[in-house]
Amino acid sequence: MKRNLVCIACPIGCPIEVELNDAGEVVGVTGNTCPRGEAYARTEVTHPVRSLTTSVKVEGGVHPVVPVKTAAPIPKEKMFDCMQVINAVTLQAPVAIGDVVVKDICGLGVDVVATNND
Amino acid sequence: MLQYDLVVVGGGPAGMAAALQAKEEGVAKIVILERAESLGGILEQCIHTGFGLHYFGEELSGPEYAGRFIREVQQTDIDVMCDTMVLDISDANVVTAVNKTQGLMQIRATAVVLAMGCRERPRGALSIAGTRPSGIMTAGTAQKYVNIDGYMPGKKVVILGSGDIGLIMARRMTLEGAEVKVVCELMPYSSGLQRNIVQCLEDFNIPLRLSCTVVETHGKERLEGVTIADVDERLQPIPGTEQYIPCDTLMLSVGLIPENELSKGVGVPLDNVTKGPVVDEYRETLHPGIFACGNVLQVHDLVDYVTEESKIAGKGAANYIFGKKKGGAYAATKGVNGVRYIVPQRVNVRGGEKVKLYFRVGQVYRNAKVTVTCNGQTLLSRKRPKLAPGEMENVTLTEEQLAAMNEGDEIVVGIEE
Amino acid sequence: MKFDVAVIGAGVCGALITRELTKYDLRVALLERANDCAMGTTKANSAIVHAGFDALPGTLKARYNMRGVELMPAVCADLHVPYKNNGALVLAFSEEEISSLGALLARGEQNGVPGLEILNRDELVAKEPHIGETAVAALYAPTSAIVCPYELTIAAVENAVANGAEFLRNCEVTAIAPDGDGFTLTTSRGLIEAAYVVNAAGVHAGEVAAMIGDDSITVINRRGEYYLLDKSQGALVSHTVFQCPTVMGKGVLVSPTVDGNLIVGPTADDIPDGDDVATTAEGLATVVSKATKSVAGLNMREAITSFAGNRAHLASDDFIIGPSAVNHHFINVAGIESPGLSASPAIAEGVAAILQRVGGGFAENAAFDPVRPEPVRFRNMSTEERAALVAKDPAYGRIVCRCETVTEGEILDAIRGPAGARDVDGVKRRTRAGMGRCQGGFCGSKVVELLARELGVEMNEITKFGGGSNIMFDRTK
Repeated sequence: MKRNLVCIACPIGCPIEVELNDAGEVVGVTGNTCPRGEAYARTEVTHPVRSLTTSVKVEGGVHPVVPVKTAAPIPKEKMFDCMQVINAVTLQAPVAIGDVVVKDICGLGVDVVATNND
Repeated sequence: MLQYDLVVVGGGPAGMAAALQAKEEGVAKIVILERAESLGGILEQCIHTGFGLHYFGEELSGPEYAGRFIREVQQTDIDVMCDTMVLDISDANVVTAVNKTQGLMQIRATAVVLAMGCRERPRGALSIAGTRPSGIMTAGTAQKYVNIDGYMPGKKVVILGSGDIGLIMARRMTLEGAEVKVVCELMPYSSGLQRNIVQCLEDFNIPLRLSCTVVETHGKERLEGVTIADVDERLQPIPGTEQYIPCDTLMLSVGLIPENELSKGVGVPLDNVTKGPVVDEYRETLHPGIFACGNVLQVHDLVDYVTEESKIAGKGAANYIFGKKKGGAYAATKGVNGVRYIVPQRVNVRGGEKVKLYFRVGQVYRNAKVTVTCNGQTLLSRKRPKLAPGEMENVTLTEEQLAAMNEGDEIVVGIEE
Repeated sequence: MKFDVAVIGAGVCGALITRELTKYDLRVALLERANDCAMGTTKANSAIVHAGFDALPGTLKARYNMRGVELMPAVCADLHVPYKNNGALVLAFSEEEISSLGALLARGEQNGVPGLEILNRDELVAKEPHIGETAVAALYAPTSAIVCPYELTIAAVENAVANGAEFLRNCEVTAIAPDGDGFTLTTSRGLIEAAYVVNAAGVHAGEVAAMIGDDSITVINRRGEYYLLDKSQGALVSHTVFQCPTVMGKGVLVSPTVDGNLIVGPTADDIPDGDDVATTAEGLATVVSKATKSVAGLNMREAITSFAGNRAHLASDDFIIGPSAVNHHFINVAGIESPGLSASPAIAEGVAAILQRVGGGFAENAAFDPVRPEPVRFRNMSTEERAALVAKDPAYGRIVCRCETVTEGEILDAIRGPAGARDVDGVKRRTRAGMGRCQGGFCGSKVVELLARELGVEMNEITKFGGGSNIMFDRTK
């Protein structure tokens, strides 16, 4: 079986073709122009992941919200679960870039960190 | 009157990179004038990741990317005035600016870097018929409401234009609980990055309708719906294809326009296609001592390229300040066969350095060749698997290739299919 | 609430009438159903003070137009609103139209319009180099002028309020009952008693008159669509350029505005709903095709907005200004379409005279001050003036609207003024913040923030123009 993807590892967006065997294992990746592309393709067809970026409520700062991201990509299907957890959080200013906002979100082994100061 | 070697207008990624580079080159007195309350420019509201892959080799969010430069600026003696608006630049490079604390200031500058960025094309420029209720806004304005002010600008959203901001906002609104009904794109292709179509639309099953536009808005107070229609090859709506879509918000992502009011005020000639100043390889405009970089010069898709370009401008400004600008002979660059524009528009062929030409194409090409010729001689011919209007391209001319040229020569960049 | 006079409708006529009545010892209320004044016909018209050659001699239109032209400069000076005597040209594209110009000239002279002159193509081109190639002659009217209709209205309301009138917004009149010598008005803000009522309800004047059983007014809603172009196009013509009038009105004009933009329009389509101000693809296309015939080199890519307004046309093709036949304490001001703006100061004068007559004379208000203080306009100041202003009040040192160079101080003034702005469009009409080429893309959220702060409400309670036109929904978190 073949699957066609557009690489999202970087803004170039290479078209990639992934060849899978009957067991669903990757047997070939073509079209990528860098190793990151191959890694993306292999993950995307087996267990797709995404970085989640959103904001979290902050009290006592300049702004009512501060931006956050998952420190590493998380399983694509977990995005809305993570949003629910993040939306329930209220931080107290000051907040600095890199501060851990939620540790090990949804048990995924990934922290949510602040991406701006407030 | 205040006196600075270099006045940088705008404290976004372009202004900061230009100021930092000029500082590194040894320029003593530099000031950055920023109209917002803090440095960072539009990156402050671009909380998604994807910035810095080229420049830092890692994927950062907008505020993180900006944050690295802000920290660097803070570690230098570069002066920063925020909440400060430049009102005018005179022919003699006197910058008039105003803010609440220092009042009206006049600053004599040896050199000026224009880094004001760009603005979004509003609804008026599109002539969409219908009512004018609340709920029609540019994607960037909506982005500020959500990411900075913390308010939802809509719940049921239609997005017109598949530029990157529109795509990013489709995902952002969806994550915050809104329903994005459709993204309509007038052209037969998206002007956004492929990765954004995948991770902002496809991931959330948001339909992208190409060759489709909004022809009418409905609702007296708040927007209640829009009528969309397919368009023909001449981009005109096809009768009979109209479809009503109930929504409370229409977000527009229909193009960015370099903000050159100050440049026009001082009489800097602009390029008809880029809408930014005509510049040489150091991004000096045709007005001596005034440089331009970032989105005020040409709309970029990647901030990494903005940084690269702005460092060139910062170096050029330093050379100008130190009287090291090389006298020269200028060749003009010219885009043909699908190349819409080239920056820089002119190149000093006696500069003694290689020069990178940035350009954009007018349509999607697959397996096409980019060629560069001068005086009928082919200097370069390179195969590219894909060229798209949404992605800025570049070619580099070597010092030797340039040295062989003369004043008035034309460097022609074109696409061969 | 009890008043001597209730003026219904805060358009340019209602506003100037209210102001005129504050010259007397009267308690005057200006009732407006919208969240601000100038929200109907007034905010969407051509903004021209017509010289007076178009109206038929002997009509109220002719009489009030001529008197209005006379009064307008002083009214604008007192209210500190821009007025520019730029002159007008009516183009002829054929021999037949040249004879129409002759008829217009004769009519104008009969109305008493000074300085009318027929120009040949060369003389025309000398006045307007960008005039369309097929124009063969023109009628020149040197007394034609331009104003800003909503600025005039806002200033008149502010001045009226400063002189003691009450401005009641969001006050829709739903019933009027005769009550002794006067009336009791049922409104969305409760009962209001008034000895006299002035019906200046624009396209709704017929419905308001019908509330007292006066069925003499049948308004035909005539929609006009317009484009407004960037200031880059503002210098394309210096005169107001008309085409020959037709039965539907004065046709599509091209004119500079007092703010330096270029206005192009209107179309004329009769529609059932007076509140329907949607633009149409056909209408906008008509505007473009007609305007490009008048003026060559019109760059429609420089359009910054398009809009529509409805004018109140009557089958009689004339104004109705006078006491209702049903009740003499009820004054109708109806059918105020072009040249209504031009006539508005005269209509105010006329209505005051009618009320004097009906009411048997009113004592003067000795404290009346005709002057509305000049608002701060940072963009029009010299560098020295700006420096002095910011030194005095730092709020003028923050530029909120970049395109039109509008300061925070001016926006605060607009909100805190005597008939202050309550919504984003109100701030825009008072200060021009958001009126420029980016159409509020940058400053819109700043204006919302300032309104929320000043009015003591949350940002999501701020509207674009009152009612349910909120800009934002709930907080994201």
